[in-house]
Amino acid sequence: MKEKIEVLRQKFQSQMAEVSDDSRLEELRLSFMSKKGAIQDLMKELSQIPNDQKKEAGQLINAFKQEVQSKFDEKKVEIAALAEKLLLDATESYDESMPSACPTGSYHPITLIQRELEDIFESMGFDVEDYNEIVDDYHCFEALNIPKFHPARDMQDTYYLSTPNQLLKSHTSAAQNHIMKKYGPKLKESGRPIRAVFPGRCFRNEAIDACHENTFFQMEGVMIDKDISISNLIYFMKTMLSEVFEKDVTVRLRPGFFPFVEPGFELDIQCLICGGDGCPSCKNSGWLELCPCGMIHPNVLKHGGINTEENPFEYTGFAFGLGLTRLAMMKYGVKDIRVFNEGDINALSQFTSK
Amino acid sequence: MLVSMNWIKDFVNLDGEDLEKLIKRFTLSTAEVEDIFYKGSDVSNVVVGEIISCENHPDSDHLHVLKVDGGDAIYDVVCGAPNARAGIKTAFAKVGGQVGDIKIKPAKLRGVESNGMCCSEKEIGISDNHEGIMELDPSYANGTDIKEIFPIDDVVFEVDNKSLTNRPDLWGHYGMAREFAALTGQKVKELEVMENPYTGDKTVDVEIRNNELCYRYTSVRVENITKTQSLDYMKIRLYYCGTRAINLLADLTNYLMLELGQPMHAFDGTKIGKIVVDTPKENCKFTTLDGIERDITTDTLMIHDGDTPVAVAGIMGGLDSEIKDDTNSLVLESANFDGVSIRKSASRLALRTDASARYEKTLDPEMTMLAVKRFLKLLFDVDQDAQVASLITDVYTKKYPELSVEFDKKFIDRYTGIDISADRIKNTLEALGFETKMDGENFVSKVPTWRATKDVSMKADIVEEITRIYGYDNFEIKTTLSPLLPAKTSKLRIEENAIKDLLVKAYAMNEVHSRIWQDEDDLKAIELEVEDNVKLLGFSENVGVLRNSMMQTLLPFVNKNKNVKPDFSIFEVGRVVLGTNEDGTANERRHLGIVLYSKTETEKTLYFRGVEIVNTIVDQLKHKKATYEKIEMTHAFMHPKNTSSISVKGEKIGTINTMYPKNLAKIAKNASIVMIEIDMDDLLKIEPKALDFKEPSKFPGIDYDLSLVIPEGLRFETIERCWKKGRNNLKDVSVIDVYDNGKVKSVTIRFHFENDERTLTSEEVQEVIDKTLLNLKDINVELKV
Repeated sequence: MKEKIEVLRQKFQSQMAEVSDDSRLEELRLSFMSKKGAIQDLMKELSQIPNDQKKEAGQLINAFKQEVQSKFDEKKVEIAALAEKLLLDATESYDESMPSACPTGSYHPITLIQRELEDIFESMGFDVEDYNEIVDDYHCFEALNIPKFHPARDMQDTYYLSTPNQLLKSHTSAAQNHIMKKYGPKLKESGRPIRAVFPGRCFRNEAIDACHENTFFQMEGVMIDKDISISNLIYFMKTMLSEVFEKDVTVRLRPGFFPFVEPGFELDIQCLICGGDGCPSCKNSGWLELCPCGMIHPNVLKHGGINTEENPFEYTGFAFGLGLTRLAMMKYGVKDIRVFNEGDINALSQFTSK
Repeated sequence: MLVSMNWIKDFVNLDGEDLEKLIKRFTLSTAEVEDIFYKGSDVSNVVVGEIISCENHPDSDHLHVLKVDGGDAIYDVVCGAPNARAGIKTAFAKVGGQVGDIKIKPAKLRGVESNGMCCSEKEIGISDNHEGIMELDPSYANGTDIKEIFPIDDVVFEVDNKSLTNRPDLWGHYGMAREFAALTGQKVKELEVMENPYTGDKTVDVEIRNNELCYRYTSVRVENITKTQSLDYMKIRLYYCGTRAINLLADLTNYLMLELGQPMHAFDGTKIGKIVVDTPKENCKFTTLDGIERDITTDTLMIHDGDTPVAVAGIMGGLDSEIKDDTNSLVLESANFDGVSIRKSASRLALRTDASARYEKTLDPEMTMLAVKRFLKLLFDVDQDAQVASLITDVYTKKYPELSVEFDKKFIDRYTGIDISADRIKNTLEALGFETKMDGENFVSKVPTWRATKDVSMKADIVEEITRIYGYDNFEIKTTLSPLLPAKTSKLRIEENAIKDLLVKAYAMNEVHSRIWQDEDDLKAIELEVEDNVKLLGFSENVGVLRNSMMQTLLPFVNKNKNVKPDFSIFEVGRVVLGTNEDGTANERRHLGIVLYSKTETEKTLYFRGVEIVNTIVDQLKHKKATYEKIEMTHAFMHPKNTSSISVKGEKIGTINTMYPKNLAKIAKNASIVMIEIDMDDLLKIEPKALDFKEPSKFPGIDYDLSLVIPEGLRFETIERCWKKGRNNLKDVSVIDVYDNGKVKSVTIRFHFENDERTLTSEEVQEVIDKTLLNLKDINVELKV
């Protein structure tokens, strides 16, 4: 029996050495381990072996069977490992540096700057309002204390319309009266201060070049309450602008004349480029004229229904105007204002963020 | 406006003040200073030099060789001036000195040594006269520093005129000086004037026929004027302030205007009999003193001599009555005219002068008399032989009311938010000319006439006066004490932002801004015409007509960008005007316009992308479904077959369409365009459906697919009516495949059945399917075999 097993082992080993895939392995396994397989044949021969040798021969066959089984198990793992290796080897290693499509759209730069500012104002408790682009004479001028014959009302600067008393709004201040009438009742009933900003398109009859546009964006803001003071105005402007420019800005106020504020100011910020030492972008003055502001004129508050003839100073407030188009130019380094309204995708598609 | 500090110092003592600092404070307290010029800082070592001898240069036909006595020595100088000659005294720049950009060094001119330079007025910067070297009064000692004779050194600053629009009082040096006085805690000195020495009873005959437009006319006649030249200091000041010296009388009127801000006009006394101020009865021609003949309309205020026009009031005099160098008598005009009328006339005539610029600001009529008396004083400083030949005639038709403002310190404290002492309040106002009575903390301030024409009338104005002089830099700044209450983003803004985010991020679109009006050329380029609508006034036909669709401005953008990329989409949220409302006002609407453009995709694919975009917008914002209905085209650029309205629950919100082939071909051959226009205000009105959460079923569902052949022209929404989602356990229906070979069109629809409480049997599902198939048969939809 020993010899027979040895012959069989030799045969098994030589056949096993040639096996390289799962199906051949199974074939080989069946030829040895199945009921009709070579080992079963040995088992059958056991009956012809003398009884005293039977035990030993049985043990030999069993040992051989186990040996074959473990070889099969090993081989199976080996083949799987090989297959996995082949699969891995066959897999392509991808080159991420190959240019790939990046289908991103873009926002208009005004949308970007407007959102940024609206976020800041909302975080400071301001309502964000929207207003018409077509307004009437009353809202654009009269309610703002701009007298009948003021140059701002001249035809050559303002786009009047063929409809009665209407024009394309020449400044966002045209919304002040609307804001006051909308939020005034709440101010009086529950003491909720009026804090609102209203961005919008404005129109002025200008010849267009790199620095001038007839269609541009402003953002106006008002704050009205019982005791709003000049001191509050300066504090607020400084805080707000520091947020806008993401650094502590130095502001200064100088007298400026606008019919709808009194006192009125021109607000300058210390030049962000040179820090006040003087450079070409601040024309060597160290300051940049940034936005007009002021205490809302008593007549404007009266027109807005905030104060009465009898008590013209019950509530006070301030207003300010930011040039959104100009801020966007400063922020994104746009040198030619025409980029904004001429719809060149090459230029506009760069404004992708947010 | 240019301001000379030497001039200012006539009226306020600034000894020991740092002028540069003071001027910077002026910016913060009064008006914006744009530039500061240090006049005379580039002139040094220039003295009175006497030309002792003058020989022709041996090697030149125009140069002279001079010996100049510079006081300390005799200098050899080569000079090219035509008026160089022995015996005259001139301005002589010595070696080591400087005139303008020229540093004086010893030099050789055509072989002859030259040590110094004889100067013209232009070279030392006091006029633009460069005809020859200066000829000085022989009484000056040789070697005297030129700066001792001429006030060359001055600090001149330029104020932004725009920042003076509301301050008529600042259009002259005297008013400016008042500001400097207030800034340095002083009061401005009184102006020196001359009372009229004339004792007869003659007047200037003045009649104001239009007293709406002329408030006051003050005049005097002066004769026997023999001097023709102004004093040097006056010429230099005029020059530094941007005006050329002409002759004594013209210079004096200019000087007065720059000093007081009061424009004046001197007529040739021999040409004026009776002054009449009126608008002409009919349009006429008139030649102004610049020699230009102008068309005068009947709303232009004119000064007449009797019936003959002699000046455009407040703007410019006439050529015929102009003062000449040899004029020896004058009739002086010092008047006050309506500011608006002057501005309109100046703009009509396209003739904006220094005088009209001042009148526009609404000048103080009180000034006219003062100006006349000041004129006499300055004239007699030069010409003691002149004779006043009339009383000062003063016709004053329109006087402003006197204004006083009452206020208390509490008001000032509240408005400023800081504590400015009562004394400081009083002193500031007094320095600015507001006579102020103080009783404890109560004040009454009289507004000075020069501030009362429009600028100051109430308490808030008084606050400005006090605070600007106090200085905003000196303010303690504080936050408000307003209550804390929520401020929420408006629904309008949320929707607008959501749509922009969706279009940019999910559909890679480019947001653009276009103008609100149609552009005829842009439209013509794609064979479209301007559509009639509300328009801008004052523009010719087809110009400035507002858009009634976003497409009128977006399609030209597509046309402009067609070669940038083969595929792109643009959008804008903007305003359109849909004609007029019942009351005649413009019907302004907020619209979203989207244009999809592709050269690689079929129009059909693009169109369904458009539908998908609309569906997504409506679903994301409203949790509702958009429905479509074919409509007639409403604009020429729309396709007659594929133009549909978009509605949500029966409310129309917009349109989607492809482009009319003719116009499409103009943009590009083989390109596809799809347009979407949504009325954002209509969309905003649609209430979003609230979220209604349902627990997912724990029991498995059953899917049942049907492949259906769709007859030509049958819309899917008709097929959809054959089943009822939400009933009979039919939870969801989706199209999983569409087949269309041009002849046969079929769709595969997956019906998903599900029940929350049990597992469904195939029988009950089959029952619903069978019913559906019967319904489908009714509309001739068969199963695909």
